[in-house]
Amino acid sequence: MAEAAAKREAPKRELRGWHEMTVRIGKGVVSTGYDAFDTLVFAGHLLIVLAKSVVNPLRIRWASVFSLAERAGLDAIPIVAVTSFFIGAVVGLLGANMLREFGAQVFAVELIGVAVLREFNILITAILLAGRSASSFAAEIGSMKMNQEVDAMKVMGVDPFEALVFPRFMALLVTIPLLTFVATLAGLCGGLAVTWSVLDIGPSFFFQRILEYVGPTHFWVGLSKAPIMAIVIAGIGCRQGMEVGGDVESLGRRVTAAVVHAIFAIIMIDAAFALLYMELDI
Amino acid sequence: MTDLAPHPDALTDAQGDDFVIEVEGLRSQFGDHVVHEDLNLNVRRGEVVAVVGGSGSGKSVLLNSIIGLKVPEGGVVKVFGQDVSRSREAGGLERRWGVLFQHGALFSNLTVRENIEAPMREHTRLSVREMEELADLKIALVGLRPDAGALKPSELSGGMRKRAALARALALDPDLLFLDEPTAGLDPIGAGAFDELIRDLSDSLHLTVFMITHDLDSLYTITDRVAVIADRKVVAEAPVAKLESSDHPWIQEYFLGPRGRAAAKATAQGSRA
Repeated sequence: MAEAAAKREAPKRELRGWHEMTVRIGKGVVSTGYDAFDTLVFAGHLLIVLAKSVVNPLRIRWASVFSLAERAGLDAIPIVAVTSFFIGAVVGLLGANMLREFGAQVFAVELIGVAVLREFNILITAILLAGRSASSFAAEIGSMKMNQEVDAMKVMGVDPFEALVFPRFMALLVTIPLLTFVATLAGLCGGLAVTWSVLDIGPSFFFQRILEYVGPTHFWVGLSKAPIMAIVIAGIGCRQGMEVGGDVESLGRRVTAAVVHAIFAIIMIDAAFALLYMELDI
Repeated sequence: MTDLAPHPDALTDAQGDDFVIEVEGLRSQFGDHVVHEDLNLNVRRGEVVAVVGGSGSGKSVLLNSIIGLKVPEGGVVKVFGQDVSRSREAGGLERRWGVLFQHGALFSNLTVRENIEAPMREHTRLSVREMEELADLKIALVGLRPDAGALKPSELSGGMRKRAALARALALDPDLLFLDEPTAGLDPIGAGAFDELIRDLSDSLHLTVFMITHDLDSLYTITDRVAVIADRKVVAEAPVAKLESSDHPWIQEYFLGPRGRAAAKATAQGSRA
């Protein structure tokens, strides 16, 4: 026994310099690999829950879906609307000033229309929800994990994916398209406020031009990204929450990671969609 | 090592016994670190068994392996004769056991009554009124005031939170109760009252109780048998009075140290009075 104790207690020699660096790089690569694997496990588990819920919709926890939809969606309307309003206004102001040099200030309307309908409505909504909801999902699930509430669920025979993760997906899938619509209206209003005051283009002319020269296609292009954004935000938030360990530090790190990863993923996905739709000529 | 060590043939010898928990050849490890190796432990129906061991000896890992939160690296864990790691999907085990976690693990966004109703909602088809009545019954059973049902866990004191968590563990009238450090964080009077509550409940409801504890008083007052984990396995399994005579160094230090002697003395006086 003494021999075993001696073997166990022999301290590891600290590595220095090059050797330490290679070890750290190696560890980073391996942990990225594990992370990727865990993401697949998470997605697989979620698909199983989805299949079960489709077969038997009574399994879905509707009460929690609705309360989450209220918190993540309804309560986010003011911030989403105000932010989009100002983005629309800024785009309008920049467009009006630059286009005036060519005497083409009336095209500011098209600029506002395309920018708001196609990009900013969904982008602003998604980024705000990444800050608002991805972080709160990660913090809620993470603190439940720290408090062993997730373990308590498991030993009660409740699948945490069914009770915690899936309702959050449902809530965002329903609310993000609606919030995108709100953001669209607010962004256009912001643009209109500028064109009306700076360029003297009134509401009837503004909306007529939007209808004739911008059209609904741009709006559908913007909205088509909404479900993907919802999945990304809910997925990253919940997955980071489930990864929280027993200590407070890991909670902070995971919540930060949830927001950063979600915003990064949103921008990347938006870029990919932009390329895709350009190739498709939409 | 001692005559108290579990005999390897104990399983086959004791065919007449009705085992609720059977752990055979359990092996748990995290990376290179082996926590348990060839660990055997059995709990009979109706027994109150406590597991003791030093910090890091793997008491919680053992509990997690038995309730299915950790898949063991080797060996078999059976509860009510079902392999825990295999029967998770089939379900059924969860209805027959209740778990009291160390810090209660009450759902913080639900009231105490809703917490107690949660397992019922999951596993039964009772009406809302029936669930409420049952929950109130459990609240009374664990000695909480009736108005505690409407409170959130954050509004409860440590002792009340443990009692509320115990009420939730008892929600489905389980046969088997797991307790993780039930008296940790309670003052001596509260701890004594909690011990008494567990003893009363296990007697009146014919519960089998499996507990992890550090509390020597609990060992002396409520357990039928104590299993000592050291050196990655169960080194002794016996009633607490017999363990005192063990020659294992850790057990000697544990029971015959100043705190152990005080607890033993208190029990002796208590039984004389």
